Amino acid sequence: MASASASLLKSSSPVLDKSEWVKGQAIRQSTVSVRSLPSGPSSLTIRAGSYADELVKTAKTVASPGRGILAMDESNATCGKRLASIGLENTEANRQAYRTLLVTAPGLGQYISGAILFEETLYQSTTDGKKMVDVLVEQNIVPGIKVDKGLVPLAGSNDESWCQGLDGLASRTAAYYQQGARFAKWRTVVSIPNGPSALAVKEAAWGLARYAAIAQDNGLVPIVEPEILLDGDHGIDRTFEVAKKVWAEVFFYLAENNVMFEGILLKPSMVTPGAECKEKATPQQVAEYTLKLLHRRIPPAVPGIMFLSGGQSEVEATLNLNAMNQGPNPWHVSFSYARALQNTCLKTWGGRPENVKAAQDTLLTRAKANSLAQLGKYTGEGESEEAKKGMFVKGYTY
Amino acid sequence: MSCFKGKYADELIKNAAYIGTPGKGILAADESTGTIGKRLSSINVENVESNRRALRELLFCTPGALQYLSGVILFEETLYQKTAAGKPFVDVLKEGGVLPGIKVDKGTVELAGTNGETTTQGLDGLAQRCQKYYEAGARFAKWRAVLKIGPNEPSQLAINENANGLARYAIICQENGLVPIVEPEILVDGPHDIKKCADVTERVLAACYKALNDHHVLLEGTLLKPNMVTPGSEAPKVTPDVIAEHTVRALQRTMPAAVPAVVFLSGGQSEEEATRNLNAMNQLKTKKPWSLSFSFGRALQQSTLKAWAGKEENVQKAQAAFLVRCKANSEATLGTYKGDAQLGEGAAESLHVKDYKY
Repeated sequence: MASASASLLKSSSPVLDKSEWVKGQAIRQSTVSVRSLPSGPSSLTIRAGSYADELVKTAKTVASPGRGILAMDESNATCGKRLASIGLENTEANRQAYRTLLVTAPGLGQYISGAILFEETLYQSTTDGKKMVDVLVEQNIVPGIKVDKGLVPLAGSNDESWCQGLDGLASRTAAYYQQGARFAKWRTVVSIPNGPSALAVKEAAWGLARYAAIAQDNGLVPIVEPEILLDGDHGIDRTFEVAKKVWAEVFFYLAENNVMFEGILLKPSMVTPGAECKEKATPQQVAEYTLKLLHRRIPPAVPGIMFLSGGQSEVEATLNLNAMNQGPNPWHVSFSYARALQNTCLKTWGGRPENVKAAQDTLLTRAKANSLAQLGKYTGEGESEEAKKGMFVKGYTY
Repeated sequence: MSCFKGKYADELIKNAAYIGTPGKGILAADESTGTIGKRLSSINVENVESNRRALRELLFCTPGALQYLSGVILFEETLYQKTAAGKPFVDVLKEGGVLPGIKVDKGTVELAGTNGETTTQGLDGLAQRCQKYYEAGARFAKWRAVLKIGPNEPSQLAINENANGLARYAIICQENGLVPIVEPEILVDGPHDIKKCADVTERVLAACYKALNDHHVLLEGTLLKPNMVTPGSEAPKVTPDVIAEHTVRALQRTMPAAVPAVVFLSGGQSEEEATRNLNAMNQLKTKKPWSLSFSFGRALQQSTLKAWAGKEENVQKAQAAFLVRCKANSEATLGTYKGDAQLGEGAAESLHVKDYKY
């Protein structure tokens, strides 16, 4: 199976100059990329066409040491739940105010390399009238975009779901690129209490592979996210077993779809016991199982593995990440957290302008903690009680 | 493998079996607005809603034609249209014992990294759309996947992606009461011989049925709309018997007996050619656990269109031409066509357009 040639791999430092990957791309490269030559059985040229180099650079930039992703791509409905939890109405103005708070936190780019946006936010401006995308870029943060269209029930399965969003994806990703996005995200789920059935795993993996191929073709680094839900009372060994199967299938289909591994990022769930399992695991155990999974299933060509928090508390998510970074890894092992970065910040803000600075400080505190965790240097000093609160919601739907 | 049996299971099985009733077949009248525009412009008729409506009324109200049809595939616009007298087309068809069907795919897009191969879109929100169509009276659906034969085509990626899309579409339809017609069309374009077409058709159908099984589709509640196995458009022609032999053999090798019927597409064959080929298949003495029928678009409408030419005074003449083709194809499903259909103008004309884009 052909994949990107070795010449695309550079041994340069992963921390790249902003100008190399962002605003310089004013002229969109032609998507009339090289197609297969008419002669010869092995003439099929590969993937990612005209964007290959850029994809590799972007992926490496996001996967830079000491940094991770801020996931702020809650759909309007989900954002509504967050706002409701602090007594705010789900209006565009409130969503704008909240996202402004996040993206303008001073110095955020020290700890955050990428921010995933929802479509509304990609086209929004801050309350000061500046484009959200521009603010992020100035902060040295790569803008990303959620491109899936949510989960729907999967007939013939055991009450499981599949993820929609492939229709028109090529033109949508091209438009998002024009707007300044440089990576994309697609979240599908797999449920252990429900099986998972072979059909659900196959459908999840195939959808991710098709999405990744289309994203790369249009200049966006695809974040590949098959979330194995925390729900259930299963032990850590069962999670490990399911995760191995899921990742094997994901990479098989990625290869079938000629996706260039050097130009993707992964967003897996950590290998933990189910939320209702009586036996809890220590961060060391989580790290041990998770790293074993990664070593067995993830090709080293993948530049970055950005874990999701999936309902863990802010501190738990940081501790687990830290435990995974106590030794060198062949890929950048980092975070892509939403609730585990925003929870305390959101509560501190409470919707009041006078609380903005304090809220931004808590965001920076969490971002810094996770940055240290990425470097394996987190010590856990000075964590608040709020930060230790679990955020698991049974049967959570986004 | 156990299939998904939702609340519509019995109805799906009944409707699929009905569509395969010997002596009947499907009129594919689901040309999108763009495509029907090409048909209309070929007879110098403007592509406006009233003309599209008039053409479909001409077809559906041809006296005596509906007895030869078990289903008509409609485009979304047509599903909600009425005759000039105000009767919904859906009712006209139902009263004539014909099931209304609906095209649900959203066209093809290129598969990057391939040599112009495509995949078909339309899965997003498909469940809701199927429900809506069921409420409007539709009882079966259609989704067209396209593959082509070339030096390196069809690629395994194209085969897998199209088969997967068909399977996902099929199960969603069944969840919502519509019998899915599974259509993996392998284009006739090219200089390849009939053996090559047979090889590719067998591989593609095998992949399709594997995917349908993986997705727990109820096969008894589906129909297949394949291409006939023929030489490429640029290769020397063969007789209907040769086509029949290769086609039926390909189906025997790949299509489970559980599928009630095959409704062939005409894919650019002339009206007469398509009828003769179908007839030859039904005369073949061999194992055929499914019925072999038609789902023709161009091969049912070509001479009708020419006779009509958009003029009110030609309607009767055009309807007569349509009736001739319906009856001929009905006989072909029984293997009793004698080749004596009064050939309307254009009935023997090839309808192949190279690299045809719908």
